[in-house]
Amino acid sequence: MSVDKNVVKKISRLARIHVSEERSEMLSSDLGNILNWIEQLEEVNTDGVEPLSGVNEHPLAWRDDTVTDGDITDKVLKNAPEKAGEFFVVPKVIE
Amino acid sequence: MSDLLKMTATEARNSLLKKEISSVELLNAYQNAMEKTEALNNYVTPTLDAAKQMAVNADKAYAQGNAGPLAGLPIGVKDLFCTKDIETTACSAILKGFLPSYESTVTSNIWHSGGVMLGKLNCDEFAMGSSNETSIFGPAVNPWSKIDGIDLSSGGSSGGSASSVAAGSALMSLGTDTGGSIRQPAAFCGVVGLKPTYGRCSRWGIVAFASSLDQAGPFTRTVEDSALIFSVMAGHDPKDSTSASLGYTNFSEAVKSNIEGLRIGIPAEYNVDGMDIEISDLWKKGRAWLEQAGAKIVDINLPHTKYALPCYYIIAPAEASSNLARYDGIRYGKRIEAETLDAMYEATRADGFGEEVQRRILIGTYALSAGYYDAYYLKAQQVRRLIKEDFEKAFNDVDVILTPTTPTPAFPLGAEVSDPITMYLNDVFTVPANLAGLPGISVPAGLSNQGLPLGLQLLAPPFEEGRLFSVANAIEKQAEFLLAPARAAGDLQ
Amino acid sequence: MSILVSGRTGDWEIVIGMEVHAQVVSNSKLFSGSSAVFGASPNNHVSLVDAAMPGMLPVINGQCVKQAVLTGLGLNAKINKFSVFDRKNYFYADLPQGYQISQFKHPIVGEGEVQIELSDGNIHKVGIERLHLEQDAGKSLHDQHPSKSYIDLNRSGVALMEIVSKPEMHSAEQAAAYIKKLRSILRYLGTCDGNMEEGSLRADVNVSVRKPGEALGTRTETKNLNSVRFIMQAIEFEVHRQIELIEDGGEVIQETRLFDTATGMTRTMRGKEDAHDYRYFPDPDLLPLTFDDAFIEELKDGMPELPDEIKNRMVNEYGLSSYDANVLIEERETALFYELASDGRDRKITANWMSVELFGALNKAGIELAQSPVKPKQLGGLVDLISDGSISGKIAKEVFSAMFETGKDAKVIVEERGLKQVSDESAIISMIDEVLAANLDKVDEYRGGKEKLFGFFVGQVMKASKGQANPGMVNQLLKQKLDI
Ligand SMILES: [Mg+2]
Ligand SMILES: [Zn+2]
Repeated sequence: MSVDKNVVKKISRLARIHVSEERSEMLSSDLGNILNWIEQLEEVNTDGVEPLSGVNEHPLAWRDDTVTDGDITDKVLKNAPEKAGEFFVVPKVIE
Repeated sequence: MSDLLKMTATEARNSLLKKEISSVELLNAYQNAMEKTEALNNYVTPTLDAAKQMAVNADKAYAQGNAGPLAGLPIGVKDLFCTKDIETTACSAILKGFLPSYESTVTSNIWHSGGVMLGKLNCDEFAMGSSNETSIFGPAVNPWSKIDGIDLSSGGSSGGSASSVAAGSALMSLGTDTGGSIRQPAAFCGVVGLKPTYGRCSRWGIVAFASSLDQAGPFTRTVEDSALIFSVMAGHDPKDSTSASLGYTNFSEAVKSNIEGLRIGIPAEYNVDGMDIEISDLWKKGRAWLEQAGAKIVDINLPHTKYALPCYYIIAPAEASSNLARYDGIRYGKRIEAETLDAMYEATRADGFGEEVQRRILIGTYALSAGYYDAYYLKAQQVRRLIKEDFEKAFNDVDVILTPTTPTPAFPLGAEVSDPITMYLNDVFTVPANLAGLPGISVPAGLSNQGLPLGLQLLAPPFEEGRLFSVANAIEKQAEFLLAPARAAGDLQ
Repeated sequence: MSILVSGRTGDWEIVIGMEVHAQVVSNSKLFSGSSAVFGASPNNHVSLVDAAMPGMLPVINGQCVKQAVLTGLGLNAKINKFSVFDRKNYFYADLPQGYQISQFKHPIVGEGEVQIELSDGNIHKVGIERLHLEQDAGKSLHDQHPSKSYIDLNRSGVALMEIVSKPEMHSAEQAAAYIKKLRSILRYLGTCDGNMEEGSLRADVNVSVRKPGEALGTRTETKNLNSVRFIMQAIEFEVHRQIELIEDGGEVIQETRLFDTATGMTRTMRGKEDAHDYRYFPDPDLLPLTFDDAFIEELKDGMPELPDEIKNRMVNEYGLSSYDANVLIEERETALFYELASDGRDRKITANWMSVELFGALNKAGIELAQSPVKPKQLGGLVDLISDGSISGKIAKEVFSAMFETGKDAKVIVEERGLKQVSDESAIISMIDEVLAANLDKVDEYRGGKEKLFGFFVGQVMKASKGQANPGMVNQLLKQKLDI
């Protein structure tokens, strides 16, 4: 799989990571190599194999519907790079 | 005082119980060792003030006769565990300065049992790496001798955790293992590293790398110590839906169990290209030792072994790409200011994440994106099932599987950074256990020609850590491995 | 059912599908223990999980699972005993995790059906594609600062049911009927409070147009409509915009649009260059959601009656008109009130009194049915007095007003005020005699053929009785006297 610079651009945009022109060159070859190596998976016959996303065998446990958390605004905001009153603050978003 | 560093955790515990030593004395010895081994760059945030208080409390508890199982034992913590009011960075610039208002379940368990916290230990950024070189703090250095004047890698990602225990600057330490991040550095540094069954230890409060693979585990100098601390770490946590609901087990008993009659599997597929001859020799030795101890050796096959690494390098980055989306410069950590929200995200994440982390996020994003999902992510999940089934079949015939931990001993820093794939190959023997959720342990078993430690790995069916301890103990006894790194603190040398 | 809209180039068929986000009624959030209640100070109903602090993990709220299954049962839908939570990945300031936990490939509820009734009385079925559980996002405030947006995560992680219809609606009216019906079902079930103003229920509307018989046209999705009126306006606008666009030789672009409540127009969302690629994958922090038949059966057993069922009974057993039944079933409280009030007595009269007098009085007083000073049994008591002839309809109105004012029983008021209807034949006859004696000239006129005057005599007798004479008897006896 060759990963051209457009693909790098697309995925770096999806991942919200700025990639400079020159790094894009390097990344496209890096990612291309890794994906090539990964493609040995194609040798494996997986016809009819159910995908496995986790190994747990117990059922998902359910919580009771009680309020046990929250009311910790100070802790929630404590590490924020920018806040105003009880809000987090970000550059203006225009919809 | 120098004798204090030589004690195993179990020995120190017994001396503390008998009041032959005090927790404060023990802590002082370790504080000293931390200073002496500073050059190894193991600690990124020492917490000696907290440690002092905890040691004083431990001594009180011993005096009152209500000391917990780890009371007074000095323990270091990988900087991936969130620790209340103590900076937690995952060794990434993006989390610099982050002060959690909470304590991870595993570390909570440790402190409740009286453990004394020495500080936060170096690791690869977000646990992504096999040499500790992706850490924003620079690599943790292996305490064993340099080669050609170059420092050796402590392995990764839990390099600081392995190195500190080997160097005598921590009696025990905590790490996490997503693809070998406990077992590989344990092998490189000559200590015991346990990756428990997936679901055995709570992941709550641990910075996530790949959620379906991550597991916390201990580094210790002996198998007995591993069982001691693991008994405290393990347990059900209702805050982690993937944590298994199993009651408390004291694994110390299992260490002493006889292994006579146990069936030990030797997987043919682990004879990989590029494996050092000294590694395969060690593997043969391990086999012989276990036979002598009364175990039965069985040749087995794990046919999909070869595909474990590429499978892992889809699944782990895919999960990571999503897990690391929360580092966006809004609620904590670093922010690079910009005009628009998107520009702020892009600048923050480009600046805050290191190169390897970015690479993995991009690979993961790619593998999940429209048009590639089936060919990469879905395919990897299918291969993952085949790998798990390989083990299930094998465990019909054997009780434990014996393999080398790594294909080579520790390498010099800088030797492998340039090529990601070469670096990934370090995990060739360790990754399958993560994909299958199995417990694995690395036991130091010998030295390379250059005098570097080598490890043997044991794998067992899910939740059979006890079995691992018994077999690991047998290897430990026969190997008579001497932990004597050149750059250790004090008399450990 | 084809409802066509005519354009310059001929007729067009409208195709509408809806994705409704319904906030689940629960105390705490879908995956954390913080409160799901609306209206706290900013970032107060927020836990470390909701704020996506490093290392935080989701744990599912069992009540939300029950609510989703219950809703599925109410939609006559297939309940999936195995479902999976996926991550929907995208960056937004009020999405702290950088992903929304949702259900993609395996939703908790599969295909179902909702019946809607149109103004012409026709029943139309709208298929349900699926219902899945997911997290709500936080809220961004854009009007607090000239160059900044403020973020409040109180809603972050609140449980939503996304209910996706099939594209089986063909007019704004149908869409309105659908959302109203859906809201009604949810409220009957108690799984969503249906409060559209607070955003507990909001709809994304997919609209496309096509020439009858042709393949589906390209659709647009107008997001986050939080009133029935807006839904209708947005559809009307989109339909005409799309038809004009195509007729002018243009092409509809598949896109997300925003509705401007001030102008009633939709507009394309900015920043759309971002091709959406949500990279769904199973959330590795959660396991598949599973339950057994016994769980479903238990919920089924505890299910309340739904509007369709109640309406059937009202029309077929009680003999109410479809219109009256619709008024009474719109809210569950109303239907329950009516059932209680009408139990064991004339259903039709009760329905009348409820929908005319009671609703009128409540409306005038500006209060809800729950606060009504007249309780169901009391309304029933009034109906009883009418039915057994104790009071006339006219007196009943007076009695009702007094009941509404004082909260007293009808019987008490009738006794206190001496309003009991006079049905004593001799008493009525003597009143008639008096009236006829006082109006001999008119009696002559009547007998001479001016039959219209009959009403005048009735009025006079009723007046003489202060309205308490049994009007039926007055009629009958007057006729006997006059038609000699
Ligand atoms: Mg939608
Ligand atoms: Zn949704």
